[in-house]
Amino acid sequence: MTLTIRNITKDFLVPGDQSICALSEITFSVADEEFVSVLGPSGCGKTTLLRIIAGLEYATSGSIEINGEIISGRSPRMAMIFQEYSLYPWRTVRDNVTFGLEVGGMHKSQAREVAQTYLHLVGLDDFADRYPHELSGGMRQRVTVARALAIKPQILLMDEPFGALDAQTRNRLQEELLEIWEKTKKTIIFVTHSVDEAVYLADRLIVLTSRPARVCEVIPIHLARPRDRTGQEFARVRRQVLDLIAQPKCSLQ
Amino acid sequence: MRSPVPLLLPVLLIVGWEVAAHFIDNPFILPSLTTVIPILLHPFSDKFTLGTGSLVDNAAVSLFRVALGFALAALIAIPLGIGMGRSALLNNILDATIELLRPIPPLAWVPLALAWFKIGLVSIVFIILIGAFFPILLNTIDGVKSIKRTWVEVALTLGARESDILGKVILHGAAPTIWTGLRVGFGISWMCVVAAEWLPGTTRGLGYLILYAYNFGQTNVIIAGMVIIGIIGIVIDQVFKAGERRWFSWRALER
Ligand SMILES: Nc1ncnc2c1ncn2[C@@H]1O[C@H](COP(=O)(O)OP(=O)(O)OP(=O)(O)O)[C@@H](O)[C@H]1O
Ligand SMILES: [Mg+2]
Repeated sequence: MTLTIRNITKDFLVPGDQSICALSEITFSVADEEFVSVLGPSGCGKTTLLRIIAGLEYATSGSIEINGEIISGRSPRMAMIFQEYSLYPWRTVRDNVTFGLEVGGMHKSQAREVAQTYLHLVGLDDFADRYPHELSGGMRQRVTVARALAIKPQILLMDEPFGALDAQTRNRLQEELLEIWEKTKKTIIFVTHSVDEAVYLADRLIVLTSRPARVCEVIPIHLARPRDRTGQEFARVRRQVLDLIAQPKCSLQ
Repeated sequence: MRSPVPLLLPVLLIVGWEVAAHFIDNPFILPSLTTVIPILLHPFSDKFTLGTGSLVDNAAVSLFRVALGFALAALIAIPLGIGMGRSALLNNILDATIELLRPIPPLAWVPLALAWFKIGLVSIVFIILIGAFFPILLNTIDGVKSIKRTWVEVALTLGARESDILGKVILHGAAPTIWTGLRVGFGISWMCVVAAEWLPGTTRGLGYLILYAYNFGQTNVIIAGMVIIGIIGIVIDQVFKAGERRWFSWRALER
């Protein structure tokens, strides 16, 4: 299965008959089971791009294709993890995870079993009956991952999911995400503005310019997994990436 | 031990009342506590209430009327508020009218209620309905509008239909605010019932009881009735607050 983002342009209409261009002619493809990181400066349009892929927003022009077929609107093959805190505070952890299954018509008892599997996967078996406000930031993001995985999407869209976490928790969650990715064989598009995070996680980086976002560089990361953040190889690749994104074509216009 | 300060003023008031009653020495203006307390101690007896039934009987009648008007108000205002919170079109159509009707005090509807529904239960229930309606409506609209966009979008990406979004996201997310509307609305309908029971042709209810007692110069019965009205108001308000703590603590604890 290949996901193709083709010529996506997005203009937002703003009051006063003006429009601001957030995305300009974005094109890239993602292969099956690939881990792609979209790297771009704050406010460049990363969230907008993911929202368009998820079918929450319409592109001004361009298309999203799966295996060459244009998809319009939302697809059950994708699940999104949002940048902002998104759990339902009135539902327990387990019931947050069963949400997508319930609306998909699954029987309550079966949904609970499925939820338990995914809570186990993210290491939260013992927290199923807790409420989100009883959890730490890292645990909450694990729940959103479990909630997204529970509907068995092929593609996971992740919008700076660890952006609000402290460095240690962030590193641990990155490791866990890679384990999950290897176990579940999902295709992942992971948005971030952290070079470290992108280099640690991804098979390939799609580097965006500041607004309006264009693809200015596509960088494959040839680092063996598991990657060692402190190793020389890692430092070298990181340096390369930093040099590439410092080029005039990637920097502020 | 809890601080005794909050009790200071009530105790002083009661003592002051008793002293004043002693000096005024006119039970029509200020009856002594000793003539009020026996009535309150025998809420099931109709010995004190001039043949209008016991305090409890009258309270039950009032509560029944309030429950009816309040339930009708909630039944209309909650769906309407959800519709107005969700649909800009519906909001545009109704908003001006609602803003126009809202400042009219419920009791200003009394003559119209009599003209439309004649003397009787329907008129009383109508006044109560008007009293509860606007707080419930406005809070519902507010609660629905303040739903986080992300909550709805998460549901959409997980495959929810419009009915799921309404039933599983909007209703739950807005529930604490709707509950506040119900609490405020109930408070107002409880005030309205007393006045509504002064309508001609009424023969039961706490409002009726205190007015009837006035006609007989029984100020002690008036005060006993007022105390009961106040107690019922507080108890029901506390029930609403307990419900809030029980079901909606997530809102206060959300970070
Ligand atoms: N609904 C909207 N209407 C108008 N402008 C919008 C809208 N949504 C986003 N924008 C604008 O588009 C640009 C890109 O926003 P977006 O949220 O996609 O950026 P981002 O890269 O995700 O930013 P961040 O790093 O802060 O998460 C911003 O300038 C933003 O103000
Ligand atoms: Mg963003």
